[in-house]
Amino acid sequence: MKSGSRLEKLLTGGHFVVTGELGPPKGADVAVVEKKANLLKENVDSINVTDNQTAIVRMSSIAVSALLIRMGLEPNMQMVCRDRNRIAMQSDIFGAYALGIRNILCLSGDHQKFGNHPTAKNVFDLDSIQLIQAVKKMRDEHKVLGGDEIEGAPQMFIGAAANPFADPFEYRVIRLAKKAAAGVDFIQTQCIYDMEKFERFMKMARDRGLHEKVHILAGVTPLKSVGMARYMKEKVAGMEVPDEIIDRMRKAGKEKAREEGLNICVEQIQRLRQVEGVHGIHLMAIEWEDAVHGIVERAGLLPRPEAN
Amino acid sequence: MIIAEGKPIQEVLAMIAPYDKIIVAGCKGCVTVCSAGGEKEVGILSSALRLARQVQGRSLEIKEVTLERQCDVEYLEAMREYADSFQAIVSLACGAGIQFVAEKFRKHPVLPGVNTQFIGVAEEQGVWTERCQSCGNCVLDRTGGICPVARCSKSLFNGPCGGSKGGKCEIDSQVECGWQLIYDRMKELGQLDKLEEPMPIKDWSTSRDGGPRKRVREDLKI
Repeated sequence: MKSGSRLEKLLTGGHFVVTGELGPPKGADVAVVEKKANLLKENVDSINVTDNQTAIVRMSSIAVSALLIRMGLEPNMQMVCRDRNRIAMQSDIFGAYALGIRNILCLSGDHQKFGNHPTAKNVFDLDSIQLIQAVKKMRDEHKVLGGDEIEGAPQMFIGAAANPFADPFEYRVIRLAKKAAAGVDFIQTQCIYDMEKFERFMKMARDRGLHEKVHILAGVTPLKSVGMARYMKEKVAGMEVPDEIIDRMRKAGKEKAREEGLNICVEQIQRLRQVEGVHGIHLMAIEWEDAVHGIVERAGLLPRPEAN
Repeated sequence: MIIAEGKPIQEVLAMIAPYDKIIVAGCKGCVTVCSAGGEKEVGILSSALRLARQVQGRSLEIKEVTLERQCDVEYLEAMREYADSFQAIVSLACGAGIQFVAEKFRKHPVLPGVNTQFIGVAEEQGVWTERCQSCGNCVLDRTGGICPVARCSKSLFNGPCGGSKGGKCEIDSQVECGWQLIYDRMKELGQLDKLEEPMPIKDWSTSRDGGPRKRVREDLKI
């Protein structure tokens, strides 16, 4: 065991895992965290805590992760390279580990242009692959990047993201291979709607043997409306939503859109379970946490297993 | 070359508000080539300032001059003989030139007439784009001659982030994805295998992060 986290235990035990996602509040209100966390509890194995996603200032991912631990839940702390240099990131990883955090997701981070502080200076001292290297070095060599020995190595289970739908498509698997070579333990993908393209991506990953080096969790997000589907297709960089999905959402009509969104999500999960090399799903029910229980139940993934 | 653009006239007017005798100094280097601070722009700005002050009912005497370069002390000396007759100097050189004028003309407030933007190229007539951030540790041999520091919005070293779509960057559909450019170029060169090697963590100490930089060539010193 590298970290002994619940996520690591379940993945190495061969279970099909379910991770959830919790967006911290835009303020200091703990009740918001508790409300969302209670909806995820017992429905997922580990909860991603986003790090100022879309560059909007929110409660820090470390603090929210620590709150989840207090509630008896397991966090997967996201950390982006946008806001901190290598000194601050390594320091925060020490602190995170001291607070009981055992999973970390290493990300580049959305550009600050999208957020509520577009005039900010960004950092990007490291990129996401170099952050993976840093966490691995601390964990396995007991050294910080600068080479100094550390007192108490943070034993983290290291994650990263993959987006099979961004361009250039052929490079996406190379980038996954680089993350694997850097020492990543698990991968969570961008939300998948184009199943055929994702299957092509997985075939390329399998051809390189990557499915045996890293645990790949397929990202899914239930659609709430045809408007949301169209927005994701047209406005969100690196997202693909096939017309067939948009048609289904449109035909469902306003009244039944949510129901159809959930149907599509459950069908996707069932199909993803059949894909060789997919070891779980990462369910991102954005501001729709109360949908999680139903999706996981209908997908036949309840109750969640015990981690031994 | 160094690319700059003229400051809005209102901003320059506000800066020169306390003065009625100023020098407007252009530079025949980069800012002439990128049409921000050469002889022509000195003339245009000076006329605009005079006109604006006339409307305000205040006099303004301007000495127009365009120096060979403002980043070399010998050319700055050209202003020495008449500088004392003026209260302030508006420099249209890049940030380096403006500062050098300030260093050499200690009694004069030196005011920027341009915003210095980047090191770039003239992509076409009237269009300049950034190419280099002068990080002091060039990796262009590994990236097909396209700089990840300057051309990727996040200065990533190991390939495009998840926001690259159709060759464009997530920040703006008009901005090219630097890593798509690198990928395409390496593909053309038959060197895609090079992009599989992880790029090491960068030493930023050769960049601005290491503090103000200095280069000395002992063999050239007099």
